[in-house]
Amino acid sequence: MNNNKKILSVEDLVIKFRLRGNILTAIRGVNLDIFEGESLAIVGESGSGKSVFTKSFMGLLDKNGWIDSGNIIYKNNNLAKFSTEDQWLKIRGKEIAMVFQDPMTALNPLKTIGKQVKESVELHQGLKGKDAKDQVIRILEDVGISHPEKRYNQYAHEFSGGMRQRVVIAIAIACRPNILICDEPTTALDVTIQAQILKLLKDLKRKYSLTTIYITHDLGVVANVADRIAVMYAGDIIEVGLSEEVFYNPQHPYTWALLSSLPQLGTKGEPLYSIKGTPPNLFNKIKGDAFAPRNPKALEIDFIEKPPYFEITPTHKVKTWLLDPRAPKVEPPKSIKNMGRGKL
Amino acid sequence: MKSKEVLLDIRNLEVQFQMGRKNIFTAVDDVSFQIYKGETFGLVGESGSGKTTIGRAIIRINEVSHGEIIFDGKKISGKISRDLDKEVTKNIQMIFQDPMASLNERAKVDYIVSEGLYNLKNYTSEEERKEKVANALLDVGLLPEFASRFPHEFSGGQRQRIGIARALIMEPKFIIADEPISALDVSIRAQVLNLLLELQKKKNFTYLFIAHDLSIVRYIADRVAVIHKGKIVELAETEQLFTNPIHPYTKSLLSAIPYPDPIKEKNKKILVYKPNLIEKSEENWVEIEQGHFVLINE
Repeated sequence: MNNNKKILSVEDLVIKFRLRGNILTAIRGVNLDIFEGESLAIVGESGSGKSVFTKSFMGLLDKNGWIDSGNIIYKNNNLAKFSTEDQWLKIRGKEIAMVFQDPMTALNPLKTIGKQVKESVELHQGLKGKDAKDQVIRILEDVGISHPEKRYNQYAHEFSGGMRQRVVIAIAIACRPNILICDEPTTALDVTIQAQILKLLKDLKRKYSLTTIYITHDLGVVANVADRIAVMYAGDIIEVGLSEEVFYNPQHPYTWALLSSLPQLGTKGEPLYSIKGTPPNLFNKIKGDAFAPRNPKALEIDFIEKPPYFEITPTHKVKTWLLDPRAPKVEPPKSIKNMGRGKL
Repeated sequence: MKSKEVLLDIRNLEVQFQMGRKNIFTAVDDVSFQIYKGETFGLVGESGSGKTTIGRAIIRINEVSHGEIIFDGKKISGKISRDLDKEVTKNIQMIFQDPMASLNERAKVDYIVSEGLYNLKNYTSEEERKEKVANALLDVGLLPEFASRFPHEFSGGQRQRIGIARALIMEPKFIIADEPISALDVSIRAQVLNLLLELQKKKNFTYLFIAHDLSIVRYIADRVAVIHKGKIVELAETEQLFTNPIHPYTKSLLSAIPYPDPIKEKNKKILVYKPNLIEKSEENWVEIEQGHFVLINE
């Protein structure tokens, strides 16, 4: 984080979905500030709401979903109150762009790669004809595609997975956004390619002074890219802090459990720490701390009242009753203490 | 590793695919390795490296174009007798990657888990079959009542348990686990890994664990082979391989593993493997220390 200027502020956001007549609360009152130029990672398991959360910044919620209450403030606009597609078209792509997870399905198989990047150049940079084409070739070069003139006229099936992801990134960058959301940008890729794509995203962030938001479940990726981490569980951010704070001094029992279940921390021949049970059903109203039923050391109050944020440092905030001065002292699991500060 | 008794012996295995009319693609190229009884053998490679094809050749889904596969002292590749085929089906089982795609949505768990039994008819009565299903479900931490449900009623982790129960019920000796946890969530992965290890202890299984995620392989495997473009480039005991990698491809693969540690990640150097520099020379399979083999160009 280079400065403390907020670029986007989320306040008490609640997002609901209607599914077969039932109402599901996917995001349960989330507060989060995103700062200009930072790289934030939102970590969570599938169903935790991390994708829904960021999709709401771009007006991309599925038709059966809506923002029930709360605000998303971006440049004096409250995105949560947007109601027409025209309003969104000024934000989507131009201001906030997204790199999607699966490069195999994000591209149009019937259009050449050049055309697909050009669309976004024409729409967002107002260039036409040869200027637009030259710009596309420059962008393709920027994302590390060699022989861009030749590649311009090729189709998605002629590209490997890693190269396709570069094209998807090129399309997002061509919009000249301020914020780039990367939704599991490397999950579908091999480790060596993953490392290259992460490096590319970091280089582009610097070159175009982007604010980046990564959505991922892979803590290795998080450690690589993030300045700051928000841990999401059952539709709420339960711990947020600088990358070092969350990895080396985690405070929420869910963060503990997530870190200690990593095979990197396991000892051969001994069972890995595993979280019992499954995440709560979001169709039901959640009382207290959503993680309590899976937390063997849960306190009584965890089942009754939702914990507020407790501040550990000005940058590190955690929602757990363990940090209340009246709470008993509970030590984090041993395996986590072994981790960190480059020792792993 | 419990013993040095060989359970599976793969000798000069080659698997080819016809691509179009004239092109032949060699997915697995002169691969040889042995798996010992009771061990977990990790096979690591990137997509397209041929790791899954090897697994599929062992259970006779992919045809072997050259070389042979010996299981428990008997050749099981190529043409074999019907009795031996049945024996192979019983003794070698597979666990698939994506539990959302590998279960028949229209069948109840009871049928899914007993399908192998139906095929081989190795039960004497309906009661015996039901009992076997109930035991298999209990073994993987599910309730016997679940037999009457459909796959869509289960979460990803539970579905993978059903996939494991379906393999267990055959009482196999050897299980091929093809990326069994990569489609699962972080918190569920540990549960399924623990289950696989617990079952191995209890039933003395031998595993071939196919994966692209090296950190998981390091935790679970006794020995590891690294495969690149259809060839095994390095094979060693797990810790040997991780602490002393020799082949440049192994080194590049290890350098790319993401670690959940920001300081380490920010200082990491990725080694890029450039195969074309050395491709043309002769390659030799050399044992550089005990049990540590490398494909070396000379």
